Amino acid sequence: MMIPIEYYLILSAFMFIVGVTGVLTRRNAIIVFMSIELMLNSANLTLVAFSSYLGNSVGQLFVFFVMTVAAAEAAVGLAIIIAIFRNKLTMNIDEINILKW
Amino acid sequence: MNLEIILFVIFGTIAAVSSILMITRSNPVISALFLVLNFASLAGLYLLLHAQFIAVAQVIVYAGAIMVLFLFVIMLLKPEHDKLFSTYPLIKKFAIVIGILVFIQLAYMIFLTKPSSTENPSIQASIKAGTIEQIGLELYSNYILPFEAAGYLLLAATIGALVLAKKKFE
Repeated sequence: MMIPIEYYLILSAFMFIVGVTGVLTRRNAIIVFMSIELMLNSANLTLVAFSSYLGNSVGQLFVFFVMTVAAAEAAVGLAIIIAIFRNKLTMNIDEINILKW
Repeated sequence: MNLEIILFVIFGTIAAVSSILMITRSNPVISALFLVLNFASLAGLYLLLHAQFIAVAQVIVYAGAIMVLFLFVIMLLKPEHDKLFSTYPLIKKFAIVIGILVFIQLAYMIFLTKPSSTENPSIQASIKAGTIEQIGLELYSNYILPFEAAGYLLLAATIGALVLAKKKFE
């Protein structure tokens, strides 16, 4: 274990911030979903780093459950995107505002 | 320079650069491929952390299954090249400023608290924690209820995706 854990945490924080910036700036719904996956993965990196440095495997179990939730979220989210695209013929989330009052 | 540091620099650089390229490309297919590269380099980082099972699951589940699903949807729907960013230009600047501020805050907190000074990692314990034997033991003994709940979650997601994508709703 030559590398201090701070390096992994900094890399994870950087990827999380890139994901947040992607969600806030991009207007394509699929890119927004991919940015969310990026944020989930940065959280996974933090969990695995702490789990490995503490010698405790529960953190990696949590990564397993996060992967399950991410798979479910991707399936349902992409189905919602397909349903919206059928109705409005767009993926731009500025134009999908039927729930906006 | 030993091999571990060199590999960390290589994988970390690939992960950071590909994540930036992912949110700045206008073509969604290229974005998705950069995200696959990001996931693959993360699998390499997991191997450096002695998490064998998670590294394999990362490649199979994320880079394999989830990203293929994304690519299918991108290629089924009409790709939109023209409008890269929002129609409100203020949002972009605001998001970048907020991102930089939060990153500085996180980095400050990480280096202030120095998590590496309080723990003494032993390689043996770390390798043991990452084996599929140890993870399976925990999963089927202490965490059997969340495991069953994850199964029901996947079932519900499958049914929900089928119902949503099946036909037009009026």
